[in-house]
Amino acid sequence: MTLWAAVLVTGVGCYLLKYAGLSAPRALLEHPLVRRFALAVPVALLAALIALQTVADGNRLVLDLPRLGGMAAAVAALLLRAPFLLVLVVAAATTAVLRALGAG
Amino acid sequence: MNRPVPLSALTALARRPPVRDGFGVGLAVGFSGLAFGTTAVASGLSVLQACVLSLLTFTGASQFALVGVVAGGGNLVAGAVGALLLGFRNTLYGLRLSELLDWHGPRRALAAHGVIDETTAVALAQRGRADVRAGFTATFATLFTLWNATTLVGAVATESIGDPDVFGLDAVGPATFLALLWPRLKEGGRTLVVALLGAAIALAATPLLPPGAPVLLASIAALVALGDDGEPTASERSAR
Repeated sequence: MTLWAAVLVTGVGCYLLKYAGLSAPRALLEHPLVRRFALAVPVALLAALIALQTVADGNRLVLDLPRLGGMAAAVAALLLRAPFLLVLVVAAATTAVLRALGAG
Repeated sequence: MNRPVPLSALTALARRPPVRDGFGVGLAVGFSGLAFGTTAVASGLSVLQACVLSLLTFTGASQFALVGVVAGGGNLVAGAVGALLLGFRNTLYGLRLSELLDWHGPRRALAAHGVIDETTAVALAQRGRADVRAGFTATFATLFTLWNATTLVGAVATESIGDPDVFGLDAVGPATFLALLWPRLKEGGRTLVVALLGAAIALAATPLLPPGAPVLLASIAALVALGDDGEPTASERSAR
């Protein structure tokens, strides 16, 4: 497979995967079990992404102190009901400062 | 649009919480296209290949997965399969969004391209179909524009951008998803169990499975929600 073919297969394939979900037969969603599963799936996937983007590097789990500190700061900001963008700024700034200080 | 829209109407629209949320998320996440453009070109893609990948794929995790394989000199078929495996979670998001958005024909075909983590998270945070649609569209439009523009900038300027980690930008991705998921987490109960279990499954599977697979495996945590323990959650009620 050439690099261009890989790029095009990935792009077109990813679009078709999105479209398939959006076009699933309505009857499928009317089943209460499917409905509950579909409601819960994004929660599970987003939580998994949060965990992996915080501590995973490829196949390894890595405790990067500045990034963990940034996430802890984000939790604190959320508990203090900070607006969305402020939460992100606090997370990035905390990580940057901890990293500049040489923590990890 | 056929008729001119008064500026005051546009201002009012921009102040609507779902539009503001979507714009905020798009702004916050869109600049990570810089990181993608940089990584892609550093991995051996041309600027044009990096841009086509962002335009057509428009789902960051899949794009990074493919580029990671290219950088590692891995098999391109495996790279594309890994990217598609990661892209499969958008199918699950679509399953959820199809009834919330309730769009058909060409509009659905267009909206499908925008079914990703961020648009789903913003859409799920809204109440009522009009707000769901507004939030989805605002996020999609902002993010698509910025993601592709910054992919180009990042790809062209690969050498001069340096290390985004210095600015703590690696914490922006997980912090974004956390902030978006926060209202659902505060529901507690079954929703919180699903989230914690999903994170635990993904972490446990990481050393064992190829990158991309652990996130998909985490979807089995949603099976917890199948048990009927009486009271529906807030988001279940709003979906009715």
